[in-house]
Amino acid sequence: MAIAERQTQGSSDNSWHGIVLQTLKRNEISLIPYVPDRVLTPLIKNLHADPFFTTFATAREEEAVGIVSGAWMGGRRGAVLMQTSGFATLANVLASLAVPYQIPLIMFVSERGTLGEFNYGQSLVCRTMRPVLDSLALEHHTITRLDELEFITDRSIKQAVTTQAPVALILNPLLTGGKVFDK
Amino acid sequence: MNTGNTKTMNRFDITSRLIAKLKHEEAVIGGIGNTNFDLWAAGHRPQNFYMLGSMGLAFPIALGVALAQPGRHVFALEGDGSLLMQLGALSTIASLRPKNLVMIVMDNGIYQITGAQPTPAAGVADIVAIALGSGLANSAWAADEEDFERLVDDAMAAAGPSLIAVRIDDKPGLGTTRRDPVQIRERFMQGLGVREPL
Repeated sequence: MAIAERQTQGSSDNSWHGIVLQTLKRNEISLIPYVPDRVLTPLIKNLHADPFFTTFATAREEEAVGIVSGAWMGGRRGAVLMQTSGFATLANVLASLAVPYQIPLIMFVSERGTLGEFNYGQSLVCRTMRPVLDSLALEHHTITRLDELEFITDRSIKQAVTTQAPVALILNPLLTGGKVFDK
Repeated sequence: MNTGNTKTMNRFDITSRLIAKLKHEEAVIGGIGNTNFDLWAAGHRPQNFYMLGSMGLAFPIALGVALAQPGRHVFALEGDGSLLMQLGALSTIASLRPKNLVMIVMDNGIYQITGAQPTPAAGVADIVAIALGSGLANSAWAADEEDFERLVDDAMAAAGPSLIAVRIDDKPGLGTTRRDPVQIRERFMQGLGVREPL
């Protein structure tokens, strides 16, 4: 069994999604709008099951960014979950809301388009993600290892809040197992 | 546009009427362009937030504020063209049912600020019918100014989110918001009691 598969199937405390959930909770991030992704499914399911979190789907990723931005200004912390193609819809809201208003927008992006991608469009859209992040000088980390996940996530959330700046945490297939061709 | 016998009103007048009714530090989110220009012109309040971009996100931003502060009423002012960019947000709000959120749509059927081009919805779509179909049962056209004020009163007493659509003229906004996003955000947070001034 591949390392990534074991990580996906492990107990919720030691799995990638268990660590993300606990790190969100420890940092008092309770509002979680998302546009779903196959890889994020166990995280989304466990967030829904935990009453600490208000977890719900939005129709578009930029809508979710608007919601957590409003919540931040109202004193409640949130984070947005999405996949790579969803991030590709965000350039306008990042450049016109999150960055200029100095909002600590916390984004988790399940990375598709690499390490076994089977859809050419996904592999192309993935290549737009880091150039967009870099063009706005946004903090971003690509997380590939389970043993680094908690450190990167916890420190990045704290940095986003204290510096009032967005951060994108990119969950690589090496961490999550990714999505593979199954039909 | 099936707006029945609704009167054509004026954005600044309607915005001023709304602001005059707010006595409990209610939050107000102003959508981009003329919508927040008229909110600015109606007189700055610490609980006002002015958008300088991210067209279509007035309702989602207001939803976030409403979820963060369920004890405070939150109003969102949005143009019809902006709303068309984010119709899915109506269903998100309908499913979450925040009782403290009131959405106001200023509908002139045009992108006034870019040269008064008609929106794709002009003459064919009905904003209130869209809202009702999105699950927002408490949605209505304001027939005239007095009806608008009555609908605002109803919305503040409602057990769920409300949407009020207002047919407006083609006049531009009366003011120009000071485009200082950091100050806008910081003062808004202070107005909501989240932060103290430095």
